[in-house]
Order: sequence, then structure tokens, then C-alpha cells
Amino acid sequence: MNDRVLRLTGLTKAYPGVVANDDVSFDIGKGEVHALLGENGAGKSTLVKMIYGLVKPDSGSMELNGTPYHPQEPRQARANGVAMVFQHFSLFDAMSVAENIALGMETPPTPRDLAHQIREVSQTYGLPLDPHKIVGGLSAGERQRVEIIRCLLQNPKLLIMDEPTSVLTPQEVDILFKTLRQLKAEGTSILYISHKLDEIRAICDTATILRLGKKVDTCTPAEKSARELAEMMVGASFASPQRHDRELGPVLLSVNGLSVPAADAFGTALRNISFDIQAGEILGIGGVAGNGQDELLAAISGETRVPSGMMTMNGQDIGQWGPNARRQLGVLCAPEERLGHAAAPNMSLTENAMMTGATRQGLVSNGILNWTKARNFAQDIISAFDVRTPGPQNAARSLSGGNLQKFVIGREVLQNPDVLVVNQPTWGVDAAAAASIRQALLDLATQGAAVVVISQDLDELIEISDRFGALNVGRIDKIVPMRGLTIDEIGLMMGGAGTDV
Amino acid sequence: MILLEKRKQTSQFWTYVTPILAVVLTMIFGGVLFAILGKDPVLAIKTIFWDPVFGEFAFYYRPEVLKKAAPLILIAIGLSYGFKAGIWNIGAEGQYIIGAICAAGVALSFYPTEGRWFIFPLMIVAGIAGGMIWAMVPALLRVYFKTNEILVSLMLVYVADVLIKAFSIGLMRNPDGHGFPGSRNLNDYPAAANLELIAGTGLHWGVIAAIGVVVASYAILARHQFGFHVRLTGESPRAAGFAGVNANRLIMVCFLISGGLAGVAGMFEVSGPAAQILGSFPSAYGFTAIIVAFLGRLNPIGILLAGLLLALTYVGGSAAETAMNIPSATIQIFQGMLLFVLLSVDVLTDYRLRWVARSGGV
Repeated sequence: MNDRVLRLTGLTKAYPGVVANDDVSFDIGKGEVHALLGENGAGKSTLVKMIYGLVKPDSGSMELNGTPYHPQEPRQARANGVAMVFQHFSLFDAMSVAENIALGMETPPTPRDLAHQIREVSQTYGLPLDPHKIVGGLSAGERQRVEIIRCLLQNPKLLIMDEPTSVLTPQEVDILFKTLRQLKAEGTSILYISHKLDEIRAICDTATILRLGKKVDTCTPAEKSARELAEMMVGASFASPQRHDRELGPVLLSVNGLSVPAADAFGTALRNISFDIQAGEILGIGGVAGNGQDELLAAISGETRVPSGMMTMNGQDIGQWGPNARRQLGVLCAPEERLGHAAAPNMSLTENAMMTGATRQGLVSNGILNWTKARNFAQDIISAFDVRTPGPQNAARSLSGGNLQKFVIGREVLQNPDVLVVNQPTWGVDAAAAASIRQALLDLATQGAAVVVISQDLDELIEISDRFGALNVGRIDKIVPMRGLTIDEIGLMMGGAGTDV
Repeated sequence: MILLEKRKQTSQFWTYVTPILAVVLTMIFGGVLFAILGKDPVLAIKTIFWDPVFGEFAFYYRPEVLKKAAPLILIAIGLSYGFKAGIWNIGAEGQYIIGAICAAGVALSFYPTEGRWFIFPLMIVAGIAGGMIWAMVPALLRVYFKTNEILVSLMLVYVADVLIKAFSIGLMRNPDGHGFPGSRNLNDYPAAANLELIAGTGLHWGVIAAIGVVVASYAILARHQFGFHVRLTGESPRAAGFAGVNANRLIMVCFLISGGLAGVAGMFEVSGPAAQILGSFPSAYGFTAIIVAFLGRLNPIGILLAGLLLALTYVGGSAAETAMNIPSATIQIFQGMLLFVLLSVDVLTDYRLRWVARSGGV
């Protein structure tokens, strides 16, 4: 009996100009939940891609259940019992749950059998899911269940999960952890990648910490504090965001009975949302993904026009204004989707700086673009927010998620907004980068801006917001002071969604 | 086994090299085609690509290349804006024909009045307006009714085709033409003729317009906010919306530009090389321009070069037709092949090829 499922020995992978993994070795035991920790760019993704057969190592070897293992492609990895749930789901909105699952299978059973199997697995592991539902109508939590069940149907020996809880409510996280514990008890090993150190401490048996491609430490997370783990990851101590007492100023942005019909069949309608936000205040808006976060941001950014009377800024009715007119007045936004919404993937950082900075930074006059100024603006963002990239001429898509997020947030913060609305400011961002983004938001409020933070990360909202409201099916029922709220109360405000299907 | 690996960034090198590679590959495949037809492939390729520019009779062919390149470049530049932004005007051919009809209409209604100073410019305006009106049909239907602009613009080509045939035997028929179809010859009407500015060079006002449009377009794409918004929309429509681009307005402006330029190309053609409205009005420039736009990488300078090359295939093709007895359809196959090959080698700009030894796995 060999109780080691996977052994990695000296795995090395170099890309032009960067060594993504340098001589990484560790073991994953049977039934072990093994955390992989590291900053963005530490090489976590490359490592799991090698295990999953997406990338071939330059040197080093892997052993699966005591036999040499060199997956050429994911199909081979799956055949050997290695399954992976990606951070970004690969699901087709217009197809049903069962159809989506069948697409990922080598030899899908008949639709009826498959539906039956899905029901069975979903009951066994407490992951409620209707196989006939159309994916487009599912919440992020439910979509993740589709991915997980897709993996479980293959009876994996090793399940790799990349940032699984970033889209879940506390209640959904509980369900997921119950499932993971059950899998563990059945002898399935789990390789768990997350930035949420408290979760890692709660569920993982062992943690391997990567820094700049090298393994720097292995520890038992339960024996360390979250702060110790974070510092091991970064390799230095860093400052937690500091809150300063702030004086609230006049009301800047006022939303009054905001209602917007859903743009398409998979969108969410906004229903009668009202709030005021004062200078120097941070309003946190929680809620499970797909409850109107994108729509709310679009209504404030000006991508969606709203009838007059629903939105004023400094007393001016801005509902019918376009994005650039609102920017001129000081309302800036940073959407959730970094690639393809907040930034154009194939365009350079200079061009992406031009994207939203054109009006306020004076990068354009009489329609003529000033690229020199735009490059300087991009360079300012890069240095002020410690964006790691060779320079502003690089394409947005070549940056890691955390670095691009710093760029996107920095681009708006450096334009001195009066009102800044951010959606998921630290999604998929490592602890140090997240801390610096949060600090920037706090500093902005201290300087007298009004900040609206839409986020699914409750720890984040608790850490920085003064008042809290939850989006639930396009509604915000009440907005209450953050101080004194418990996680349970917050969960209830979010509608406890996810437990009912 | 060959693997395609996505590049981190679009390769600048391959962006420029793929069109050249496509041309070379097309020559090779074309050579094979000629060999199958029983013709000497090397001689055929030389007759098409070399002789018109450098051969014995180049003095005759060179002006022809320029005259054919001008409409191709004008139309392709217009199309490139929409194509960059993901707005597909496939009906430039129709807009080109309507531009020609409108311009000829102006000329014929003033015939035989003197006054080139106002008639010729008025024809240009009419050509642009005609092309724009024809292009606004798919644009407005797309914006207000979400119809597919590809289908609507394409179908309108056939409507335009019927219209020009109708005009040539109806309203615009030459009253002195003994009942033959076709309008008056505009080359014989000094106020409306678009003749060579310097004899024997092929240089007419359309060529000058094409060069001007290339330069202006280069500046707009590189330095003007409109060009940036076009590129941004093509990269990512959501990001463009976030940056404040009004998608509907952009659709209409792109159609207006491509329709206007196609229309003015029609004007220069009907008043110049074609000389009259006729059922067999020199056509297919509107479709060939699509190939020109893509072969030129939607880049103004690239389009200039691609337009010259495609014009060369027309001129060289007809030379080969007479000299070597090669069927005239061959040249269309050739042009089509060029687009296919280009689209397939295009993959190299975003992906790299990697040879991987197939091994047994686990």
C-alpha cells in the first residue's frame, strides 16, 4: 500500500526570459488536501498545468501512484485520474448542465444515463444541481458545481482546484468544504490553490509555498497564522491596510429608485436600488455573482443609460450621460472583467491607459491623441502601483491577473476620482497585491472621495467598508453600518442563495 | 506531432511576413494549377506577375495596373474601418455601382453643358452620396432591427446589379446610340471625363484620391480618436463601450465611410476607364477589395501594396489569357486562393508552431 498519490521531483519549466518553475519537488498523499500557495507569478499555474498535461516540463519527473507519469495532454491526465476545476469556467451559456458535462467527456453516456449520474453525484456530495437547467441562468456557485461534478464523474484520484471559493457565498463555501471533506474521507487527494489564507488554514493538511518559481517552504497551515503564511509567500513582511478616521463630506453620488430591465435573457434586472454616498465614505456591496453587480456598475459608469431622476452626482442628473461625460464630472469605475471589459487584451498598456484616461488626463485634444502623454500616464500607473511588466508597450494580456488588476485600479485612482466604483477589485489577486489595492481605496476615501466597492469577498468588505448592502436578484434591501455585522447576518442579507435550487 | 501554442502577444514579425508568405504560397499552388492545365507554370507566373511591370510591353500594362488599383484601394480602405471594428460590409460592390449610377446621372443631366469646375465636383459628391445611401440601408437595419449586416449588404449588391442594367437600357440609354444599350460615353464629355492627367501614366483623379485616402487613413488610425475607437471596438466591444464608444454610431460611421469611398470609386470608374453606364460595368472590384483589405492587414500602407498586387493579377491575368490561352476564370481562382491561403497562414501571428515528438505517455 502506497499512500503517496503524486510525487513531483525537480520539476523545471522555463519560458523565454523567465523561469516559471525551478526544481520544484513535493509529494501529495492519498486523501490529503494540499495547498499550493504563492504570489501571482510564483509559478502555481505553470505547476498545475504540468500536472494536468497542459504544459510539458523541461526537466524533472512526476510519479502517479508509484509509476512514472508524463501526461502529454489533459485527456491523458484525466485518464490517469487527475481532474481540474479551473478558476475561469469553460461552460457554454446556451447549453444545459448535462450537455456541458457531456462535452467534456471522452465517451459520454446517453443523455438519460448522464442526467441520472449527475443527480446521483450531486446528491452523494451535497451539490444540488438540476442537469436540465440552462447554464446561462446559473449563479457562479452553481456553475462551479457543474465543473466539479464534471470532474467527479471521472472518479478522480487527484482533484486540482484553482481559487474555488472566490465566487461563493459563505454558505456555499460551507457546502463546498463539506464536499471536499467527504472526498478526502473517500481517499481522493486535493491540490488546492487559493489566496484566502483562512480557508487554507481551515481545510488544508499541508501547504507548499512557491516564490519566484521555487519551492520555499512546506508547512502545516493550521499551525501558522494567516499573517505568517502571507509573509512566507511574499518573503517579507508587508503592511496590512490602515484605516484612518475620516470625516464624511457632502453627498456626492445619489442613486434613487434605480431600475434597469435585464439586457438579455441571462442578465439581471436592477430593481429599485437607492443609496447615497458621501465624500470620504466607503460603501461595500456584497452579493453572490450574477445578482446584478455588472449591471449596477454599468448603470453608474454610463455604459447603460438610465431614465432621468434615478442618478445624480453633485446634484446634477447624470442618468442620460455617457461614460466620458461622467468621467469628466469625476465618476470613475473599474469593472470586474479585466480582460475584455476593463482592458483590451491585445492592446498595449499605453493604449489601455488612453482607454479611460483620455478625457480627464487630457490625452486627447480636438480628437488628436497624444501618445507621449498616454505613455507617461501608463508609466506613472506602473510605478505608482508596482505593476510588474517590462514596460507600457506590453500587451495587457501578457500581464498576470494581479498585475493587470493593479494597473486597472491604478488607472482610475490616479485620475483623482470624486466617486470611484470598483467591482471585484482583488479577485484572483495575491495577498500583498490585494493589500496594496485595498490601501489605495482607503487612501482615496481619506482624501475625500466616495468609494463603492462591489465584491464577493466578504473579508475584504469587512476590512474596508463603512456601510454594507447586499445585492440580491438586482435589489439592495437595506444599507447598514458595517461595524458590528456578523458573517451570518451578512449571509442572510445576501439572501442565503446557493442553498436552494 | 505539430502543436499550436498561443503566443503571449501578437507577433509583429509574422503580422508583416504572413501576407508575403501567402503570396508566395499562392504562386506555388497556382503554378501547380497551371501545370495541371498543361501550361508551363514558370512562364505563366512570369506572365502574370513579372511581365506587366518589367516586361517588354510594360509601358502599356503599367498604367492599366494603376487604373485598376485605384478603385481597389479606395474601396478597401473604406472597408478596413468596419472590418477592424468587426462590422462587416460585404456589399461594397453594390455601393460602388450605385455611386457610379448617381455620378453618371449628374453628368448626363447636365449634358452637354460646359462647366467642368462644378460638374466634376458635383459628380464626386453624387458618387459619395449614392454609395453612402446604399450603405446606410444595412447600417440602419442593423442598428434599429439587429439584422445581420453581412446578408443585407450582400443582397443589395444584386439589387444594384439589376438597377445598373435597367438604367443602361432605360433611363440612361444614349439617345444617339441607335438603340444599343449603354449611356453616352462620358470620356467624350469634357466636363465629366476623368481622363489621365499625364498621358500614358494611368494617373487619373481616382489614383490621386486613392493616395490621399491612404495617407489620411494612416493618420486617422494612428493619431485620431476615431481610429482608436475603431481599433478598440474590434479588440473588445465591451471595453470600447466602457471607454465611451457609442457602438451604434460607430456602425453607422463605418458604413458611411466604406459606402462613400466605394461610391466615389464608382464615380471615378464610370467617368474614366469604364466611360459609360453599361450592364457589363467593370465589376467585382467591390468583392476583390475585401481580399485587398485583408491581404493588406487592414493597414493603409498594406492596402496600398495589396491593391497594386491584386490589380497586377487582373492585368497579368488577361495578358496570360491572350498570350498563353489560360482560361479567364483561372485568375479568379487565383484571387480566391490568395485569400484562403492568407487566412490559413494567419494563424502564425497569434500562434507558434512547435514540433513535439510523440511519446507513449504514461
